[in-house]
Amino acid sequence: MSALAEPGTAARPEASASRIGLLRGVRHGLMLADRSIRSVVRSPATLIDTIIQPVLFLVVFAFLFGGEVAGDWQSYLQTLVPGLMVQIVLYASVGTGLALNTDISKGVFDRFRSLPIARSAPLVGAVLGDVVRYAVALAVLLGLAFAMGFRVRTGPVSVLAAVLLALGLGLTLCWFSVLIGMVTKSPQAVPGIVMAVVLPLTFGSNIFASPETMPGWLEVWVGVNPVSHFVDAARALLLGGDALGAVLSSLAWMAALFAVLFPLALRAYARRTR
Amino acid sequence: MTLAIQAEGLVKRYGETEALAGVDLSVPAGTILGVLGPNGAGKTTTVRILSTLLRPDAGRALVAGYDVVRQPVAVRACIGLTGQYASVDEDLTGFENLLLIGRLLEMSKSAARERAAGLLERFALTEAGGRPVRTYSGGMRRRVDLAASLVGRPQVLYLDEPTTGLDPRSRNQVWEIVRGLSQDGVSVLLTTQYLEEADRLADRITVIDHGRVVAEGRAEELKRRTGGQTLQVRPGDPADIPEVVRILTALTGTEPLTDGEAGLVTTLADDPVLLSALVRRLDESAIAVDDLGLRLPSLDDVFLALTGRPADEAAGKAAAPADTPAGTRERSAA
Repeated sequence: MSALAEPGTAARPEASASRIGLLRGVRHGLMLADRSIRSVVRSPATLIDTIIQPVLFLVVFAFLFGGEVAGDWQSYLQTLVPGLMVQIVLYASVGTGLALNTDISKGVFDRFRSLPIARSAPLVGAVLGDVVRYAVALAVLLGLAFAMGFRVRTGPVSVLAAVLLALGLGLTLCWFSVLIGMVTKSPQAVPGIVMAVVLPLTFGSNIFASPETMPGWLEVWVGVNPVSHFVDAARALLLGGDALGAVLSSLAWMAALFAVLFPLALRAYARRTR
Repeated sequence: MTLAIQAEGLVKRYGETEALAGVDLSVPAGTILGVLGPNGAGKTTTVRILSTLLRPDAGRALVAGYDVVRQPVAVRACIGLTGQYASVDEDLTGFENLLLIGRLLEMSKSAARERAAGLLERFALTEAGGRPVRTYSGGMRRRVDLAASLVGRPQVLYLDEPTTGLDPRSRNQVWEIVRGLSQDGVSVLLTTQYLEEADRLADRITVIDHGRVVAEGRAEELKRRTGGQTLQVRPGDPADIPEVVRILTALTGTEPLTDGEAGLVTTLADDPVLLSALVRRLDESAIAVDDLGLRLPSLDDVFLALTGRPADEAAGKAAAPADTPAGTRERSAA
């Protein structure tokens, strides 16, 4: 074979573009977010996960342990619900890395990547679609909590702020899930690894019990654990009290976690999809 | 002659292992190239590079005139990819999958709908179009994968082992579709472990092994180039086999191979006068034969000669259905 001919110039202007514009990229991301939402709705396992988990946590912890921890389950419910908002989102974030890894191992990702769309679109789609999943899980949690007698002592704006804070945390920590999803070979390995981190973060926090009742070393850990700050903020926002300090430290944690996790996840994504 | 795909010296390394060690190939526009090779030969790596999913460590490739490394978006606008590693979403319906791809390709909603419905009809999936792909049979899955790669009316189509794991009927359906696409002017690069598939579908064949091209040409050329002709005799009475063997040994100077079960005696036939000489001697000895003839080696033989392994062993599973006369394996293996 002789030397290759010079690459042709494009007949169609859009074909000559070496990059996809931002606007088109966002549109592609939204289309793929729609796809991952449909996907969740269609696959019973993920849907059940999203709906059952909040129900289970609420019922088990309020009815089973409530009386023991707080004297009666009704008063335990008040402190439990804001904490569960944080926990639910953390648990749901496991699915983000799992779904991405499944897409890669099944070849769905390659299909998307062989199309003339923005390279980031499949990732943006997966993450945006999952934020909707987190929102559904939060809605189920709050809906059932209200039915069980949970009462907000602040106003709707504060509730919205608490929900946004929880979603923000999910949107931050999903990058950890993405990172794990990118570096593990098979989808089966993802939940185990993510849960190994999420479990000590959620149970080793002030979600279920007051830190003063714990041994010293655990109390120290709970104090350091960023999840506790989010729980403090959510409690203050839903039940009243000074929320500003806790919200600010939550936001600071979010910024710090994002600054570390997002570049790591993107690098792993770029490496996996090169 | 315009080239739809033109690749030169493609190299891809994973750490110490060299998946591709300098692959050259070309596909003239509107033709089908069969890329033949065992598992791990580098077929999929080649397809992934040519479809911009993977960057080569060295070498260059143009697809539809665009450079796969420097103009990946332009290449993606011209290609369709189907195979082991380019799949559709199993939770979505067939229709939804095709619609999504149409929308991602900037079609209007109505145009994307129309295209999706048209493709489903063409591939006999209209009825199944409303069901999640999860519920499809293997053959239907492959057809919807194919349809997904055709939404954008690609000029160049990659089919990475399109019939692996399919039953013969589904395989024939896929072959029909591929032939039809080629007639419509689509250029096709098809990888396969099946010699029969390459033989039946491809205009030209490139054989890859250990990341290198070991042969290239039309199926007929490859057969002629590697194996050489063989001569086969089947005596009417199997008791005559020893006598036939004696005659052939005398004529060629080497002992022929015998397949007692098939009653066949086979030898290399490089000398054009061998056939007439044999007929004379058989006549003198009054040996009646049921079958006597020269034949080109099958692609199985070619594969063995080029890679040093029989095709089915290299593929790790049953290769193409045996369309080769019994007895040729023995000769090839000798």
